[in-house]
Amino acid sequence: MGKLERIAAQQDRAAGRGPSRRSFLLTAAGSAFLFGFARQGKAAQVYPQSAPAALQEASAFEPTIWCSIAPDGWVNVNIIRAEMGQHIGTALARIIADEMEADWNKVRITYVDTDPKWGLMVTGGSWSVWMTWDQFRQAGAAARTVMVEQGAKLLGVAPSACIARNGQVIAGSRSISYGDIVSRAHPTKTFTPEEMAKLPLKPSSEQRLIGKDVKALDIPAKTDGTAIYGIDAKLDGMVYARPKLPPTRYGSKVVSVDDSEAKKVKGYIRYIVLEDPSDTVPGWVAVLASSYPAAIRATDALKVVWTPGKTANVTEQDILDYGRKQIANKAGGSRVFNDPGVDETFAKAAKVVEQTYTCSSVLHYQLEPMNALARQHEGKWEIHCGNQWQTLFLPVIAKALQVPETDVVMRSYLLGGGFGRRLNGDYAVPAALISKALGGKPVKLVFTRSDDVLFDSIRSPSVQTVRAALGPDGNITAWQHHASAGWPTRVMASAFMEKGADGKPYDQFAIAGADHWYDVGPMLVRALDNDLASETFRPGWLRSVSSGWTPWAHESFLDEIAHARKLDPVDYRLSLLDSKGRNAGSAPNSVGGASRQANVLKRLVEKCGYGKVSLPADTAIGIATTFGQERNMPTWTAGAVQVHVDRKTGVVTCQKIWLVLDAGTIIDPDGAAAQTEGGALWGLSMALFEGTEIVDGNVRDRNLNTYTPLRISDVPDMDVEFLPSTEKPMGLGEPGVTTIAPAVGNAIFNAVGVRLRHLPVRPADVLKALKEKGNA
Amino acid sequence: MVKFKLNGRDVSVDVPDDTPLLWALRDDLDLTGTKFGCGVGQCGACTVLVGGRATRSCITPLSSLEGADVTTIEGLDPNGKHAVQEAWKDIQVPQCGYCQSGQIMQAVSLLKDYPDPTDEEIDGVMGGSLCRCMTYVRIRKAIKKAAAALRKEEASNG
Repeated sequence: MGKLERIAAQQDRAAGRGPSRRSFLLTAAGSAFLFGFARQGKAAQVYPQSAPAALQEASAFEPTIWCSIAPDGWVNVNIIRAEMGQHIGTALARIIADEMEADWNKVRITYVDTDPKWGLMVTGGSWSVWMTWDQFRQAGAAARTVMVEQGAKLLGVAPSACIARNGQVIAGSRSISYGDIVSRAHPTKTFTPEEMAKLPLKPSSEQRLIGKDVKALDIPAKTDGTAIYGIDAKLDGMVYARPKLPPTRYGSKVVSVDDSEAKKVKGYIRYIVLEDPSDTVPGWVAVLASSYPAAIRATDALKVVWTPGKTANVTEQDILDYGRKQIANKAGGSRVFNDPGVDETFAKAAKVVEQTYTCSSVLHYQLEPMNALARQHEGKWEIHCGNQWQTLFLPVIAKALQVPETDVVMRSYLLGGGFGRRLNGDYAVPAALISKALGGKPVKLVFTRSDDVLFDSIRSPSVQTVRAALGPDGNITAWQHHASAGWPTRVMASAFMEKGADGKPYDQFAIAGADHWYDVGPMLVRALDNDLASETFRPGWLRSVSSGWTPWAHESFLDEIAHARKLDPVDYRLSLLDSKGRNAGSAPNSVGGASRQANVLKRLVEKCGYGKVSLPADTAIGIATTFGQERNMPTWTAGAVQVHVDRKTGVVTCQKIWLVLDAGTIIDPDGAAAQTEGGALWGLSMALFEGTEIVDGNVRDRNLNTYTPLRISDVPDMDVEFLPSTEKPMGLGEPGVTTIAPAVGNAIFNAVGVRLRHLPVRPADVLKALKEKGNA
Repeated sequence: MVKFKLNGRDVSVDVPDDTPLLWALRDDLDLTGTKFGCGVGQCGACTVLVGGRATRSCITPLSSLEGADVTTIEGLDPNGKHAVQEAWKDIQVPQCGYCQSGQIMQAVSLLKDYPDPTDEEIDGVMGGSLCRCMTYVRIRKAIKKAAAALRKEEASNG
């Protein structure tokens, strides 16, 4: 059982459900669960509704819950993943359509609402293609098998005399379309999961859609204003709400509320002090109005007195200092790698080297502010919003409402950016509570940007110390990586934490990346939960999670060691990527192991001319390499960044980024490139342009007046390449992020000889480092 | 009651005069293609054309629009096939898409001023439009493609 299946099974147990709900197959008759994406776009109400074609769809052949073939030949593919810019519906539909031999011009996708039958609904971790690959190929094979059997019968030939191609079954010069097969033969064949697993799959040489260019199905609606996001949902009779946020994320208590000024705002309706049994939004007051501008103004005018929680004076420095203390204490934390011999090797080392690296808090700032529309309708609580982990938050919403989980449904919408923010569905809870206070009336809760930022579940600030034991020849003989940060998974999904080599649970999303594929002798990788961080704010999963910051430590550190030894940092890394022991890799995810990481690095160096090209003064290339997001799902990644450092101002300009990746089979090449470009620019943005800090228990920056993510003028030239592969596809939403920050740090060192160990790299830090170097 | 022209039609909206155009469009006129991002005119997601000029609708009060000519993404082209929209589709610019109505409207405005824009001109004008998915490389490419298409159109009309 894979990790995600384990997670799903855990969720089933937690919810008291049997495994049968994830049975792959349903009988075709009467199983028209399809939701259309038809919306009354220009009418007063905007929301997804049951397909008007439901009856017509009943005549469709639905060999699995994942796809159906209608009598008119249209293939529908059900997508349980959130669409937030990855064009995931297109990529997943390509997998099923390829295996099915469908006509791509007659394929449509349906983003479905929550239903237990779908199993685990989560969109994150760059998992979607990886976790759907086997399932959708099998589902496609099931459909193709039935089409060939039934088509052969209609053509009066043996199935072995037929081939399936482009939505048709062909026998010599005769053929019949899938639609005609469905309308004439009315197939109802279903398969047990065991039969599904045995179906023959096409070899990669027979793939006709996978790896070929395609126009993403979600794009046209995103160019003409017809795409509908959660914030666009609208229901008759709904009222608007805005939160009045308490002074601390946790522990604030409402003392008094005075709405005498709010009452002067035209359209103000009332305020509600939320009572939340799920404790997701403690100390919240919601302000209701007949329009959103009125809700904004009335909330500003409402006077609330709170007793703040205990974190009201916490600062970023407090959190970092706390992390340093945790690291200094040899006890505590969880040991992810705990190889025998680490202590002994360090004790007898010729030399021990150590550095500490820190990263600032980072905001998601997904462009669509948090919002949710809630109502009670026909006995169910409906939550309308974009969300990335419905399975995680349905039980929380149910707890808040004090109803069974089966009484809550989340309707699916496009997401105006995810980046991990919408894995945490906390924003849906207050909408549900407000609606409940209004007797189930529809209410649309929208956060202003400053509300959204204050309530963000930020990327926690982090402290990391990396130590290497060196032998007499200078080679690394043992390794330690200690990392302290707030743990999102402990706070929101503790049942899903992994267990370390020492048996203790840890948040894999707050240490992944440190468990690297280099051979550096016995390793200790220790993850520490910075509880001052998680008391102060709700730590979040943010694009590439810890793999967005752990490489900042070890990829900078390896560079430092190489330079100290006067070795070429690339050659040095290659010597450590020897594919031995646990780094040999294994099927199906990491065939070839570290040798594939070495390959992307070699190709990268060829391309960028590292060490060969001569560049102007104070300009240099830096290199870093990672395995993407997770050790168990490695996307082998190598990144190079060329920077220029202005010695007068300390400004670092990124001139070019090169990336070479091996992500196994690439489904949608253009989508893969787009994800990698976007990821790399996120990496650059977090390296040079964005970052905030905790001041008095909250983030200092609240909007773009002071928070300064990368803009178009900051974008360097980019060169992204994927190495050809027919291995199982890994993920691409996040790996692009991972190498950029350390490559920038290494490039700065190569350009002007100073080493920066804090992210983001600010001009003042560069100037300070240059000055110290000059004085040294 | 403010009266103005919206996507070629006369409309009147009976909401307080200080209501930002953004909310009147989205909530009263049911045109949700224009998006709410930052609320302070610094992300560009709410960009529409007023008198043909790119304007941040989140900080534009209705009272300033009496008699004005407003175009939103929905009114840019009857079939959604303005040269900029076509280029956006060809280059596959949008990812999440949330900022793209604003990006497109800003780009339309840009191309009126700079029919053959350089990278610097693109950066200068588009710098106010945040794309959190970071589709910037493609935005640049698509603007140049749309510019070429519009120049060709112009030449054949001329």
